[in-house]
Amino acid sequence: MSRTGWARLAGFGVALAALHFAPLALNPYFVTILARIGIAIVAAASLQLVNGFTGQFSIGHAGFMGLGAYASAAFSVYLGAAVLDALGGALPAGLARLLYFPFPLLVGGLVAAAAGLVVAVPALRLRGDYLAIATLGAGEIIRIAILNVDSVGGARGFSLASDVHPGVDLRFDSLAGVYGVAVIAIAAIARLVYAGGGLAFRAVREDETAAESLGIPTTRVKVEAFLVSSFFAGVAGALFAHSEGYIHTNSFSFVRSFEIVTFVVLGGLGSLSGAVLAAAVLTAAPELLRGLGEWRMILYAALLIATMILRPQGLLGQRELWPLSRLAAPDPPSS
Amino acid sequence: MRGASRAAAFAACTAFAAAAALGALACGGGPASDAIPVGHVASMTGDTATFGRSADAGIRMAIEELNGAGGVLGKKLELITEDDRSVTEEARTAAQKLLQRDHVVALLGEVASSRSLAAAPEAQRAKVPMISPGSTNPKVTEVGDYIFRACFIDPFQGAVMAKFALGELKAKRLAILFDFKQDYSVGLADFFRDTVKKNGGEIVADERYTSGDIEFRAQLTTIRAANPDAIFVPGYYTELGLIAKQARELGINVPLLGGDGWDSEKTLEIGGDAVEGYYFSTHYAADSDDPHVQEFVKRFTAKNGATPDAMAALGYDAAGILADSLKRAGSTDGPKLRDAIAATKDFAGVTGKITIDENRNARKDAVVLQIRGGKFHYYRTVSAE
Amino acid sequence: MDNLIQQLLNGITWGSIYALIALGYTMVYGVLRLINFAHGEVYMMGAMTGYYTARALGLATEPSLGGLALVLVTSMLACGLLGAVIERVAYRPLRGAGRLAPLITAIGVSLFLQNTGQLVFGADPKFFPALLRSEEVWRSGDVAVSNIQLTVLVTAVVLMAGLEFIVQRTRFGRAMRAVSYDAPAAALMGVPVDRVITGTFVLGSMLAAAAGILVGLSNPKIEPLMGLMPGLKAFVAAVLGGIGSVPGAMVGGLLLGVIETLVTGYLSSTYRDAIAFVILVLILLYRPTGLFGQPQTEKV
Repeated sequence: MSRTGWARLAGFGVALAALHFAPLALNPYFVTILARIGIAIVAAASLQLVNGFTGQFSIGHAGFMGLGAYASAAFSVYLGAAVLDALGGALPAGLARLLYFPFPLLVGGLVAAAAGLVVAVPALRLRGDYLAIATLGAGEIIRIAILNVDSVGGARGFSLASDVHPGVDLRFDSLAGVYGVAVIAIAAIARLVYAGGGLAFRAVREDETAAESLGIPTTRVKVEAFLVSSFFAGVAGALFAHSEGYIHTNSFSFVRSFEIVTFVVLGGLGSLSGAVLAAAVLTAAPELLRGLGEWRMILYAALLIATMILRPQGLLGQRELWPLSRLAAPDPPSS
Repeated sequence: MRGASRAAAFAACTAFAAAAALGALACGGGPASDAIPVGHVASMTGDTATFGRSADAGIRMAIEELNGAGGVLGKKLELITEDDRSVTEEARTAAQKLLQRDHVVALLGEVASSRSLAAAPEAQRAKVPMISPGSTNPKVTEVGDYIFRACFIDPFQGAVMAKFALGELKAKRLAILFDFKQDYSVGLADFFRDTVKKNGGEIVADERYTSGDIEFRAQLTTIRAANPDAIFVPGYYTELGLIAKQARELGINVPLLGGDGWDSEKTLEIGGDAVEGYYFSTHYAADSDDPHVQEFVKRFTAKNGATPDAMAALGYDAAGILADSLKRAGSTDGPKLRDAIAATKDFAGVTGKITIDENRNARKDAVVLQIRGGKFHYYRTVSAE
Repeated sequence: MDNLIQQLLNGITWGSIYALIALGYTMVYGVLRLINFAHGEVYMMGAMTGYYTARALGLATEPSLGGLALVLVTSMLACGLLGAVIERVAYRPLRGAGRLAPLITAIGVSLFLQNTGQLVFGADPKFFPALLRSEEVWRSGDVAVSNIQLTVLVTAVVLMAGLEFIVQRTRFGRAMRAVSYDAPAAALMGVPVDRVITGTFVLGSMLAAAAGILVGLSNPKIEPLMGLMPGLKAFVAAVLGGIGSVPGAMVGGLLLGVIETLVTGYLSSTYRDAIAFVILVLILLYRPTGLFGQPQTEKV
């Protein structure tokens, strides 16, 4: 590896270490908010793929997040606790958790992706506003269906605590972990969209009929976007479940879907960095505005309206911030 | 691939930095140095705002009275209320903010069991006692030994009305119409169902609704067809008034039975003639002879312009128990305060004589009230045994 | 059998409320291709306005049909104005800005109205004054019809007939239909598109306000968040009937009300809210243009 390669890796390592030890220095209240920001980033990035890059209005994202949250939580409580218990006996605690936790995240992502497939195949036959409403409907149906499953609590919510292995801590407190996953999500989506055949997504967004006539398999492209998007939504949900320790379907209603759509639109449809930025700022904002009491939500809504009227293309339009910008618009060849 | 990952790392770091900076900017000071900070996590906005505000009003009045009488341990109590917007995970952040930034000595709240379950682990971790005024799901106090509650739990109350229906009303055919979205209602319905079946009764109809619904004629028509002797409606007063009216409109004349969720003057206001003759279990009777209760009702009404509902009364008592425990502990130290709360015995609350049992739940009698002549009337006491 | 008739009656009455709200959605979508998510909040404002008007006029103690009519008219006028303001302030600046920005703004307006409502009206539910004393008007066996249900049905039918008249028989209605069909062409023909759009919002909002009053009459509990679910369901009703089609919205609303009631009564009350969404998904899959809509051709 070249010197810059090592430097980059070292920088990365330092950042991760800082994140890992930060919770010791920071107030737990801030740690929670930072974790929520990381989760919002994953959710926003995943939705940007479908809404921003592929131009398909999906507003049922919270359903996939919820599915990921509940699936991963059920996995941890019913299977994982036993595994972690056994592992914890044989290996040092940190290592055991490091080895275990990718699994509930994967489970959450895969279950959500499966649902994404089920929703995508029929729904993607629709265009524009109809698709939006169909996805809204799908999100609500998923939420109500989960509410009816008694083994994950129903109206009582679901605690990440196993009755059979009570001592096992199933929570995933690591900021390094959350942001590590965020980095992976952003990298994967950026790669998908900006490298190689990624132009196909944007072609579908710009003019689906023209794209079709050029030989681009538009339905496959759309389904792919939906699959990847719901996978990461599920992962975001899994992160949420494991950092909160207790979940309830109330957290995955269409209000949550709208929040994520807001991140994506505010940041700029077609800008991954924009979605990330908007997710961070808007997740932190209600907390910072806490002192305002009931005026908080009113101000938030007014801000939303004003931003949409004054700058509808969102913060960044379709531009990316460095260094994603290097990917988005590679340097022209020097003549 | 490296370009993408580096790019992603940068983006994530930027976001992290921005958020951390914003967070640092928001550093506020703690409470006034010579006051004892008490936190209250409540849904002041959002869909269950009406209950959160009630509880807050009750707690606030209790604290004002205590401060007026000289405070506790020589200092005044300072109530800091944080709104969780009726959102489950916000209850956790609200609790964290109170615990970590305001350094409250105790946490009051929440009214909804799901939000109590979200907040309780934080209190337990911080070793700060938490008293929920109105969460009835048994799991709440199971979170840890720092978590208490000032109200009954579902198993007790569900059984109370079941036995009342079978024994007192001699009703064998029973229908249930419960609020599917509210943990409280689901819990009560479950225990009611079990007790009825165990004691020789029959559930002839089992219907549901969601809080916020205003149309129940479909479910009521189905219930009517099953011909029950009585209908158990363990929901909140917010829906009960309409359910009663629509039931009467459909010609249903059998009694409706309920739990403490009915306890509010709004039941009478919205239900009007429709709720005449119905029964429900609750913590106290506003027409009780107890001067303590009368005083409370009078003062609360004068201050807030409405008679206190069950949440307000429970909030008042939760705050009362906290103050009493502070006095007995002689300090604001977490473990000592916790032990004092656990040792609460026969505390004279407005919702009855309260003793905290070994599971950190409140052991107290329930009363069954009947609605007659547009008012709540005391009917019977059911003791905690 | 009696049960079935009762349930049908319940469903039609309830569905007529959905129909009134759905009409607003469908008309606005017709002229603007915009889903006005804030429409549910206009319905809520209608109920709230009616509540305060009724109390101000002291009608709580003196129920009367005249009082009801007065409250209805006041509320409809007030909300018509509200609808015009929302269009002018929040949507007009975004014309031509694509589809998603107005959608987000609509959500913003919806959130704004809900939270302002909580601040101004208070979060606790209010009891709508009984503008009519509840009486049984007709009974046969187990089937009971109350005067309130009858009033709701009759008022809804009258309003819908009124709207149909406006749409089919007046110049404004013709202008509205022209703009829905082809806005640029209508503009070229001299139709004042902006005024027509504002007028459409006003009409739709008036109907939503009426729905709010009727709900206050038959299901008297009102609160600032009451518009959320009915708003969404009414939208589903509009899609069911064929979005953009006025008779479609009416039929869609009634149909949704009946289906919802029958499923809740006979199958399971758990899925009451989900039904609307299941219908939505099914309709969009198998007949996206709805019962009465025209298939839209897409020009390449």
